[in-house]
Amino acid sequence: MAVLLLAEVTDGALALDATAKAVTAAAALGDVTVLAAGASAAAAGAEAAKIAGVAKVLVAEDASLGHRLAEPTAALIVSLAGDYEHIVAPATTDAKNVLPRVAALLDVMVISDVTAVVDGSTFERPIYAGNAIQTVKSSDAKKVISFRTATFDAAGDGGSAAVETIGAAENPGLSEWIEDKVAASDRPELTSAGVVVSGGRGVGSEDDFKLIEGLADKLGAAVGASRAAVDSGYAPNDWQVGQTGKVVAPDLYIAIGISGAIQHLAGMKDSKVIVAINKDEEAPIFQVADFGLVADLFAAVPELTEKLG
Amino acid sequence: MKVLVPVKRVIDYNVKVRVKADGSGVDLANVKMSMNPFDEIAVEEAIRLKEAGKADEVVAVSIGVKQAQETLRTALAMGADRAILVVAAEDVHTDIEPLAVAKILAKVVEEEQPGIVLAGKQAIDNDMNATGQMLSALLGWSQGTFASELDIDGDTAKVTREVDGGLQTISVKMPAIVTVDLRLNEPRYASLPNIMKAKKKPMAEKTAADYGVDTTPRLEVVSTSEPAARAAGIMVGSVDELVEKLKEAGAV
Repeated sequence: MAVLLLAEVTDGALALDATAKAVTAAAALGDVTVLAAGASAAAAGAEAAKIAGVAKVLVAEDASLGHRLAEPTAALIVSLAGDYEHIVAPATTDAKNVLPRVAALLDVMVISDVTAVVDGSTFERPIYAGNAIQTVKSSDAKKVISFRTATFDAAGDGGSAAVETIGAAENPGLSEWIEDKVAASDRPELTSAGVVVSGGRGVGSEDDFKLIEGLADKLGAAVGASRAAVDSGYAPNDWQVGQTGKVVAPDLYIAIGISGAIQHLAGMKDSKVIVAINKDEEAPIFQVADFGLVADLFAAVPELTEKLG
Repeated sequence: MKVLVPVKRVIDYNVKVRVKADGSGVDLANVKMSMNPFDEIAVEEAIRLKEAGKADEVVAVSIGVKQAQETLRTALAMGADRAILVVAAEDVHTDIEPLAVAKILAKVVEEEQPGIVLAGKQAIDNDMNATGQMLSALLGWSQGTFASELDIDGDTAKVTREVDGGLQTISVKMPAIVTVDLRLNEPRYASLPNIMKAKKKPMAEKTAADYGVDTTPRLEVVSTSEPAARAAGIMVGSVDELVEKLKEAGAV
């Protein structure tokens, strides 16, 4: 049985962590063929070939595949689908854009955000913002799956898969890329960082979010935010952790001024160690925290920044 | 231009979810239900398009149990012009899968010929994030998912999308499916006069069979369980104690 795994490729670069975690999940299903697609994807394909457990890499380079547009990428995957029983990807925004389109074109259901593989057709996935875990068994001939990367360890390197170049499918020509606005940052990427420091509404302003960023930089951490902080304009949306943002599971998650709405907990409660700093001792975040500190964050965070490291 | 907005009846955003003791699902009997929050944003955007003169009619459609008519009345009270209820289940615990929903919606689109379909990016119950993309595939239309800005200009629409790295702006050919993210707008509350008026707005009632769509699920729910609870933590009294504990735990 064979698995086709859509690698996460952005502007020619492989997102190694997300792709390698999906490889771990996919390896339980069969031989993994990685598809690297983009305007330039050869380098990404060569890197993917080194991931342990990858049997083969397909590289598709075409201008139409350059900006992860759903229609041409889905058309390419559907043209390859005949050879595979499982079509999978890490559960990134790109994959969530593409895979349901692929599934509908194949007349099968998509299975999003899978957190565990029970067998070739049975999977666990969180529903209701992670407040329940559902086990579903697919009766479809092909299974189209996104894997929640936070719950799988990244496959190591040392692989040497064969790389084959393939052509793109016909571009349906339904959409065109205009621009990407990506915040440049020296900090680690949120979903793969070992440490995440997040701020909530309690931080109070965009300016005061620098406190959060200061602690993050001291720890070499990524910065996260609750939806309330994003909605209030204190932090950009791509920092959002939670049901509607990113799901993270770092070794250390520090939640500052975050009350702990279930929608936020959905995005971080699988972190290994959780620290909560909040002035409200009733805040629900303390129920999931390993270490809780009831304190004014404006005093505690500078002190913590000074005393750590 | 006509705008079609699919809306879903889901457990209210603020209600604590309880897994049924027999593991068959989440308890939805006698629980407060509301419109999926993302769908509210889609309804709001559709009404704004009408107010801006870019759309002339807003049609809300819901697929599910008969009680979804309450959800449609909410859409009508917000400002939708008429509604279509497609009854596809009798038990409130039956969740119609996105593929079947998309197939029914494709038939509704055939009948209604909207210029755009505005949908929520995901429903907060099954969190599948799929219906819009699937509908787009079935119709062969363009898709602009996770929209935080939408600007329709004749035959194309500019959609700014919330993606992992930040924002992506694309141009999609009309007609299009656009799924909306949280920051697109802030939905209005329906005023009491509008709630009263909504009761008189037309609501057609159909069934899945009317559209010839088989809603048999492709995914059998084997079991539903509570997530593993975290072990209770401890409260510390000072930053010094916190630093000490973190060092002991090997976390820093």
